[in-house]
Amino acid sequence: MQRRIREFKIPPVYAILVVVFVSAVVLDLFFGRGQITSSTILTNMLVRSVALGIVAMGQTFVMLSASIDLSVAYLISVTAVMASFLMRGDPARVPMAVASVFAIGAFVGLINGLVVSKLRVNPFIATLGVGLVLKGVLNASFETFIGAVPRSFQTLGYGTIGPVPISILVLLGVTVVAAFVLRRTRFGAHLYAVGGSEEVARLSGLRTDRVIILAHIICSMTAVLTGLFVVSRLRSGAPWVGTDGLYDLESIAAVVVGGTALSGGKGGVAGTLAGVVIFGILDTAFNQLGVDTFLKQVLRGSIIILAVASYTIRSRMKAS
Amino acid sequence: MAQLSAPARERTFWNRTIGVVRSIPPIYIVAILLFFAIGLRNPTFLEASGILNFLRRAAPLMILTAGQLLVIVSGGFDLSVGSLMSMMVIGGALMINNDPANTWWAILVLFLIGAGAGLVNGVIVAYLNVPSLIATLGMMLALRGAGLYWTGGAPRGYLTDNFRMFGRGWIENVPFVEQIPIAVVVLLVFSGIYIYLYNYTNLGRQMLAVGDNAQAARLGGVKVERIRIIAFVLSAISAVVAGILQGGFGGVNPEAGEGFELQAISAAVLGGAVLLGGRGSMAAAITGALALEALFTLLNLLGLPKPLRDAVQGLIIVGAVAYAAYTARRRQ
Repeated sequence: MQRRIREFKIPPVYAILVVVFVSAVVLDLFFGRGQITSSTILTNMLVRSVALGIVAMGQTFVMLSASIDLSVAYLISVTAVMASFLMRGDPARVPMAVASVFAIGAFVGLINGLVVSKLRVNPFIATLGVGLVLKGVLNASFETFIGAVPRSFQTLGYGTIGPVPISILVLLGVTVVAAFVLRRTRFGAHLYAVGGSEEVARLSGLRTDRVIILAHIICSMTAVLTGLFVVSRLRSGAPWVGTDGLYDLESIAAVVVGGTALSGGKGGVAGTLAGVVIFGILDTAFNQLGVDTFLKQVLRGSIIILAVASYTIRSRMKAS
Repeated sequence: MAQLSAPARERTFWNRTIGVVRSIPPIYIVAILLFFAIGLRNPTFLEASGILNFLRRAAPLMILTAGQLLVIVSGGFDLSVGSLMSMMVIGGALMINNDPANTWWAILVLFLIGAGAGLVNGVIVAYLNVPSLIATLGMMLALRGAGLYWTGGAPRGYLTDNFRMFGRGWIENVPFVEQIPIAVVVLLVFSGIYIYLYNYTNLGRQMLAVGDNAQAARLGGVKVERIRIIAFVLSAISAVVAGILQGGFGGVNPEAGEGFELQAISAAVLGGAVLLGGRGSMAAAITGALALEALFTLLNLLGLPKPLRDAVQGLIIVGAVAYAAYTARRRQ
């Protein structure tokens, strides 16, 4: 147990990542414009992955604890709307707005965690219910784009340091911090223990409820960060930005494609990062190849299933 | 002595009464209370025509929940049913193409598409061991895309009256109530079939066994893969029926089934089904769907705006499941 956490192994999803990338490049050479390897397109691809990537890191935490969070898409909408509503285009109001949305996020995560751990409600239902409450309150209060973020705040979405977009650095920063927490802190070890078997973890003296609550708070915080990134690119928030991005189901899919088990206790953020980048490559490749928008969805769905199937087949072959 | 024994006997009587009340799944009481509350606001609701009209509207979700319960008790989810319902509506409209003569073969094709989608879901979950959440999520994305691809982006065509009659038609000259919606007849037939399959056949017991402990079921001689596949096919079939009813009721709408998958799962859970399998009652799950629809009606009558209805729905679902978890812990 101890060894598996400490020792770094490249997750098998990176093999899929390479296969997907190489096939995208080859297909693009023959049928597309052959530009997929240009740095502009590659950078764009990564920037597009940032929104999904940040929240997927948080989703990895809850899924490692054998929970799940379906409320993130609604929380992203709430963040985007509240941030632009509170900022009203005034740079001086940015710190206040950012602090407010993070406070909202922490509260939502706390509620999710309490309902899952103390009331013992199935996490699927608990976070779906919390999501519906957020959606209801948000749609009752706001109908369309409201407020705006100041120009300076858009640096988060559009700024660069040298040739590297700040947003990509943010995603990498979140990934590194998340990996550090999972591998090097006591909380990380406890998270794997609780996800592996909550009963055993409890009997060994862990306060499992606290671990689950903290995981949910972390997940909600990443959803808030994604919301801030989304609104900094859109300039203004609307109640549908989170749900239209399908961030709830896509983040779960990215985590699972990245090799984290739905049953918890196995996986990590390095795999999730690869899962997110795979989605980014698929979107970019489909665009470059001019694949029909609707056919794109079909292919995407099939590729998610195939990727996950490849793990189960591999682990069964290992077992026999 | 006599003074002492009287309260003692009374207590046992009350204990027994309370015991009987406790043994009824709470969803039936909730459903009755909701009906009562609606009746207070709108007395005509409790007349035969009001109830039949309500059942007609509730029929798609109730049928869908019956299918979803089979997947839930055998240990999975089916997230693809909502997009399958939408596909039935837009696909039906496209194939019928405004000619009533096309309706019957079109319905046959719709059932084949549904069975095919369920079969694919089942095979992916049973043989490729992909978690059902991911498998049916992928199917949901694929069906959504395929439906739009088929119609070229915007729904085309028209649902003829002989297709829409299932959702909005009435049978006249019925004894006692004069007329009865065709959707309610379909609802009764399908709930009857699903209750029979679940409660009175080996198939139902094997589904429960697979959901409770697949390994033990396999060792006990259950063909686990086959049972899982049948559960997904029956769930998809229920989505086809629900989609045809919904299409009749609401006409051509590419988002006809949107949100239905989560409502069906919520309804089954309200009816006491345990996610990840092994426990659940078919009649209670169907009643859960009825109660959920009654709740929507009540919130509507109370004049709550649609968004706040979502919020209340969320609170009530979480509250109901928390209550169920609480009583389950106390019983232990």
